Amino acid sequence: MPGIVGYGAYIPRYRIRVEQIAPVWGADAPSYKRGLMLREKSVPAPDQDTITISVEAAKNALKRAGIDPEKIGAVYVGSESHPYAVKPTGTAVAEAIGAVPDCHCADLEFACKAGSESMFLAFSHVKSGEVEYALGIGADTSQGAPGDALEYSASAGGAAFIMGDRDVAATLDCQYSFMTDTPDFWRREYMHYPRHGGRFTGDLAYFKHVRGGVEGILKKSGMKPEDFRFCVFHQPNGKFPSRMAKALGFTREQHETGLLVPTLGNTYSGASPLGLSAILDIARPGDRILMCSFGSGAGSDAFVFTCTDKLPEIQGKAKTTRYYLDTNPVYLDYGTYIKFRRKIRKNVED
Amino acid sequence: MRDVAIIGIGMTDFGELWTESLRDLFVKAALEAMDDAGVDHIDSMYVGSMSSGLFTGQEHIGSLLAAYLGQAPIPATRVETACASGGAALRCGYLEVASGASDIVLCGGVEKMTDVSGGRCTYALATASDQDYEAFHGVTFPGLYAMIAVAHMAKYGTKREDLAHVAVKNHDNGFLNPHAQYRMKITVEDVLNSVKVADPLNILDCSPVTDGAAAAIVCPADMARKIARKAPVKILASAQATDTIALHEREDITWNNATAAAAEKAYKQAGLSPQDICFAEVHDCFTIAEICVLEALGVVEKGKGGEASRSGMTARDGKFPVNPSGGLKSKGHPVGATGIAQIHEIVTQLRGEAGERQLSDARRGLAQNMGGSGGSAVVHIMEVLS
Amino acid sequence: MITPPLVRRNTPQRYRMEAYQCTKCGKIFFPGRLVCDRCKHREFEMVTLPEEGKVITHTVIRTPPTGFSDLSPYCVGIVEMANGVRILCQIADCEPETLAVGLPVTLEFRRVQEDGESGVLAYGYKAVPAR
Repeated sequence: MPGIVGYGAYIPRYRIRVEQIAPVWGADAPSYKRGLMLREKSVPAPDQDTITISVEAAKNALKRAGIDPEKIGAVYVGSESHPYAVKPTGTAVAEAIGAVPDCHCADLEFACKAGSESMFLAFSHVKSGEVEYALGIGADTSQGAPGDALEYSASAGGAAFIMGDRDVAATLDCQYSFMTDTPDFWRREYMHYPRHGGRFTGDLAYFKHVRGGVEGILKKSGMKPEDFRFCVFHQPNGKFPSRMAKALGFTREQHETGLLVPTLGNTYSGASPLGLSAILDIARPGDRILMCSFGSGAGSDAFVFTCTDKLPEIQGKAKTTRYYLDTNPVYLDYGTYIKFRRKIRKNVED
Repeated sequence: MRDVAIIGIGMTDFGELWTESLRDLFVKAALEAMDDAGVDHIDSMYVGSMSSGLFTGQEHIGSLLAAYLGQAPIPATRVETACASGGAALRCGYLEVASGASDIVLCGGVEKMTDVSGGRCTYALATASDQDYEAFHGVTFPGLYAMIAVAHMAKYGTKREDLAHVAVKNHDNGFLNPHAQYRMKITVEDVLNSVKVADPLNILDCSPVTDGAAAAIVCPADMARKIARKAPVKILASAQATDTIALHEREDITWNNATAAAAEKAYKQAGLSPQDICFAEVHDCFTIAEICVLEALGVVEKGKGGEASRSGMTARDGKFPVNPSGGLKSKGHPVGATGIAQIHEIVTQLRGEAGERQLSDARRGLAQNMGGSGGSAVVHIMEVLS
Repeated sequence: MITPPLVRRNTPQRYRMEAYQCTKCGKIFFPGRLVCDRCKHREFEMVTLPEEGKVITHTVIRTPPTGFSDLSPYCVGIVEMANGVRILCQIADCEPETLAVGLPVTLEFRRVQEDGESGVLAYGYKAVPAR
């Protein structure tokens, strides 16, 4: 059964706390922290972007997979913040890890589920026998409009998964996708920041589609919530996935390992993929994992994984998700944050 | 090879010369040198300029300046070895005369750096480093020399104050130089408190951005005895050497091998040792550079360069005066002109014409001119022609 | 200078740290050369630089050139890689006070330069200390 042969994460070192953002806009920090179940988020340095994050995550995945990168036959990167509007992220990643030139490549987008789409496609390619190994990455350096609620959560990070059919560390037993055309969150071309439908983004968007994804995959795989040790959902804030887990019949124990958003923020296309990599860092052989992403527009990709005996052999071969998330982060003030995020209008340099 | 002498020198003021163009700067210095030499015709000329192209958009300045000097159709060539372009121009003229190919050659240098913005200027200067493996990473020239300083401090215990003393001493000298850009005295405190540029270097550790030109006329020594208006100066040695352009490719980051190699050849050519030299004009693009150069020239032991200025050894009344002109720091550093301006000072001292700056023992002088972080070095040794 | 042909030509070095080792005397060059400066041999084989190294000298750039102001002040150093080859690069995610000779670092893929708002992006390596 094909599945994940290598996985890797990368999260930038910088952070900003809710307490640094709220006063600038006259908002109450404690209320936001409670309401969003979020304390701080990651911030990319000016020299980091979706390409750099994807490359580092992919290098970690390669370390765990232990394969010759030339055998990777496809590279997919899903993001909402590809550095170029036209010119792929995937080609830079493929070049950096040495998968070129015999490699299929595509960039994906579908709001926050672009990362899980890469995984979906990578797996399908391997399962069909089209390629020996395929790399699927979800990474973002998402922007929240200044003063908007999303500014507290839009963060940066990514995870990479190499799919293969040999020495699999976690089999991908089932994948399922649930999708409708729902305008809950969007960004028109040439606009700098996205817009969203406020409270409409809850019931008819996130909750409807995650429920649709989870119920769909449980039906397709013939499984029940109790069959899983871990579950991880898309996490735009701490509240939504916690409510969703409860509503779907998952316990706090099942859901807490993959819930990174309280100190990471929402890494958009990296969100549920990073939750999955955090789970894989500590899971044991036989553990079953359910992952369900959500992307506005709207849709969810759901997956069932079963960890194998191979997993413990590869966990320690690269830095863990928690290493990147927890180790000595550097906290920024709001001024440095907006400078890093290029929200300051500067003069054209000579 | 014939013996070669310098019979005329000229230079403009050094500074931010907004109303002077590159061509006028050069011609003024050149005419002054020709008048000083008492010649109205030259056989050939070499112009040292690091980057007239990036600073003023003008290449082909050999042709331009020969015409503007009224000397077309003489051969005229621009010489470039980054900040050692002036010294290299002198070396070319020296070889042309020594070989017998020409009799009277003008060796000049010019740089017009203030027509462009600070950012463009920094970019132009950075082309003296490895574009793809140094400049690409945003290192800057102060950054490269700062890293030499950090390595020197770690290896030899050189102190931050040792660097500051170099700037203080050079300003003491430049204060007395009517051509100098910054004619003011400074203290060690001033240097240490000045704005940070690249740790541990501050702005007062760094030579400035300057416009200026300098020129020298060389001819065979025998001819000099007959035609020179003033005491001719004999070039005892002219040598040049390279090192890796990239700082990180050198075995010892603190050791200026191009200078050491050029100096070794020069001492050999002249049949001298460092102890036979009375004073020197060296390339203090940054304070640490003067420290490293003194070691590479064999004037002090390896690692002991830091004590040189602090102890007063390199002051005008010291055992081995260095940069009586004020050096690049106080006199200014119009890149291509610097090498020839060093010659101007040495000749002036050898002639006894340095006024308040006059050294008591100025029989034999050495000029060391360097390019980039030490990728090129040119050394000349001179004394009064007997 | 950041132009499409320059970016493409430098990619094997900047993206994959491809160095070249003289097949006669073993000296490793980054970037590669056509002739060994030690033994004058003209044949080389490709080796990849290790990603671990240590800082052997350093500085903090406080007057950046055009295009580098967002990160100012930033650290730069000469790093000796585990195989003895030295490179120069920025030291990223590093507080200036923690810079020291001997600091262990690991190379990371970063955006080094961009050609203004509309030009190509130039990626490459930076050295990062442990968190």
